[in-house]
Amino acid sequence: MKNATPVIEACNLVKRFGDITAVDSVTFNVLEGELFGFLGPNGAGKTTTINMLTGLARPDAGTIRIAGIDCSKAPKAAQHLLGVVPDESNLYPELSGFDNLCFCGALYGLRKQERQARALELLEQFGLADAADRKFAGYSRGMKRKLTIAAGIIHSPRILFLDEPTTGIDVVSARQIRQLIADLNAGGTTVFLTTHYIEEAERLCRRIAFIVRGRLVRIDTVDSLMRQTDGRHVVRFAMADGAGGLCEAISGAFPHLQCQTVSKESILVESREPVRIGPLVRFIEERGAEVSEARKLRPSLEDVFVSITGIAAAAMKQEQEKRKAGGGV
Amino acid sequence: MSRWVAFWSILVKDMRAYYLKPPNISWGLIFPLAWTGMFFIKSGGGIEDLLALLPGVVAISILFGTTSMLAVTVTFEKKNRSFERLLLAPISLELLMLAKTAGAILFGVANAFVPVAMAVFFTDLSRVAWGAVVPAVVLIAVSSAFLGLFIAVSVSEVFEAQTFSNFFRFPMIFLCGLFFPIEQLPALLRPLSYALPLTYGADILHRGFGGVSLMPVAMDFGMLLFFCATLFLISLRNIKRRWIV
Ligand SMILES: Nc1ncnc2c1ncn2[C@@H]1O[C@H](COP(=O)(O)OP(=O)(O)O)[C@@H](O)[C@H]1O
Ligand SMILES: [Mg+2]
Repeated sequence: MKNATPVIEACNLVKRFGDITAVDSVTFNVLEGELFGFLGPNGAGKTTTINMLTGLARPDAGTIRIAGIDCSKAPKAAQHLLGVVPDESNLYPELSGFDNLCFCGALYGLRKQERQARALELLEQFGLADAADRKFAGYSRGMKRKLTIAAGIIHSPRILFLDEPTTGIDVVSARQIRQLIADLNAGGTTVFLTTHYIEEAERLCRRIAFIVRGRLVRIDTVDSLMRQTDGRHVVRFAMADGAGGLCEAISGAFPHLQCQTVSKESILVESREPVRIGPLVRFIEERGAEVSEARKLRPSLEDVFVSITGIAAAAMKQEQEKRKAGGGV
Repeated sequence: MSRWVAFWSILVKDMRAYYLKPPNISWGLIFPLAWTGMFFIKSGGGIEDLLALLPGVVAISILFGTTSMLAVTVTFEKKNRSFERLLLAPISLELLMLAKTAGAILFGVANAFVPVAMAVFFTDLSRVAWGAVVPAVVLIAVSSAFLGLFIAVSVSEVFEAQTFSNFFRFPMIFLCGLFFPIEQLPALLRPLSYALPLTYGADILHRGFGGVSLMPVAMDFGMLLFFCATLFLISLRNIKRRWIV
C-alpha cells in the first residue's frame, strides 16, 4: 500500500448477546484503499462486526475509529463516509430500481440532478438499465443483489462494507459482482468484505482476517498466508479404473511421501520435497492401474485456512448454503 | 442542508409508496364516513346534531389514519430490514423519526378534513372557530402519530402493531369524550380519560365547533404538547435501546 493510513481501527471489540459472545475482543486495522477480507464460517461474528463498525450495533467494549473519527460513543459520526451492502437485499419492493437508487442517494444528501445522473450511470454499469423502471420486488436474486450494491455506492463512499455479496446468487452474477468489487477498489474505495468463500477471498483481497467463533485467529496478507504452504508439494493422480488400495502401496514403497485417497478415482501425494512424478506413474502402472492424469497442485488459501482454523472448508460451505436455502429472502 | 434532502425524500417516498395508494385513500374516506353515518343514525337527530358529532368524527379520522400508517412505515420496514438503511444514513435519529412521522401527520390532517368537507353540504360552518380547530387538528395528528410511533417501535410484527393500536384506539373512542362527555363516564374510568392525549384534543374541537369544553383551551393545548414531546422522546429512547442493540 502506498498510502498506509488506517481508515478503520477496531480495538478489542466485544459484543455479547445474552450468554453468547458473538465478537470476542477483536482488533484489526484496515488501510486506506485496501480490500480487506473477513473470512469465517456461519455465526462467526462477521455481520455483528460490520454492524458495530457501521453504527447498527453498540459494542459492549472496545473502540472504533473510522477515518480518525472516534465512533465508539458516537456511532453516527462517520456514517457519511460509509457505504453498506447488507447480506440481504433490503431495498424497497414497491419502488422501481431507479427510484430505489435515487432514494438511497438522497439519504446521503445528493441533490436531485446528481442522484438521478448517478442512478442512471450505475444502472448502466451494473447491466440493469432495462430493468430501471421495474419494481424491485420483481427482480431476480442476482439483480436484487446488484441493485443493493449499486445502492450502497451511489454516494461514492470512501469505505464500502460488503456482507457476503455473492452468497446465494447465480455464478454469472457472482462473477460480475466480483469484478465490480475489484474495479471499485481499483478506483480507490476501501473495501471491507465478509465472505465464507475462500477462493473469493483469495482472489479479491489483499489482506484477510480469519474469524472463528467471534475470535480473530489470524490476520495477514494473502501473499504471506500462501507462502506458508510453500514448503509443501502436492500431486494429484487420477486413475481411470479406480484407486483402490494404491495409497497403502505407495506409502509402503515411498516412506517420505504421504498419500491420501480423495475419491474413488484419485489420490493426493504430498511431500516436503518436490514430488517426482515419473517413478510414481511407473509404480502405479506396474500394479495394473492406468494413470489418466497427474497434476501438481498449487497450494491454496483453503489449505492455509484449514490448517489454521481446523475447520474443513467444505463443511463450512455446506453449512452456509443450507442456511441460505432455508431462510431465503 | 443535505439533511433536509434526506428528510424530504423520506417523507415523499413514504407518501408515494404508502399514503397515496388507493387502499389507504379509501381507508381515509370510508372510515370517517362510516362513523359519521353510524352516530348520525344512532342520535336520530337533525342537522344541528351533525355539528355536535363533527368533533368526535374528526378526532377518530385522525387517530385511525395516523396510527395505521406508522404500522406500515415503521414496523413493516423494520421487519423487511429496509429500516436499517435509514439507521445507516448520516442523519440524526430525531430527524429520521420526524421524517417518518411527518407523512402520517399530513395524512391525519388530510383525513380530518374529509368529514369537515362533507359537513359543508349539510350544515352551516360559519360559526366554527377555525383558529382553534386547525391547530387542534394538527396537534391531534402529531400526538396520534407519535402514539403510533410508540406502538410501532414496541412490537416487531405488523399484525402486533395493528392489535396493539386497537388496544389503545377503541377504548379511546369512548374514554376521550368524543361522542358523550367524560362526566357521564363511571368515576373509576375518568382518570384514564385524562391520561389520554385525545381527550384534550377533543375538548378543543368541541369548543371550536360551537359546543362547550371542560378545560381552558390553553390547558388543552399545553397537555397536547406535553403528550407529543413525551411520546416522541420515549419512542426515540426505545429505538435506541431496542433497535441499535
Ligand atoms: N441480534 C442478535 N441476538 C442474539 N444473537 C445474535 C444476534 N445477532 C447475532 N447473534 C449471534 O451472534 C453470533 C454471530 O452472528 P453473526 O455476526 O451474524 O455471524 P456471521 O455473520 O459471521 O454469520 C451468532 O451466534 C448469532 O447467533
Ligand atoms: Mg452474516
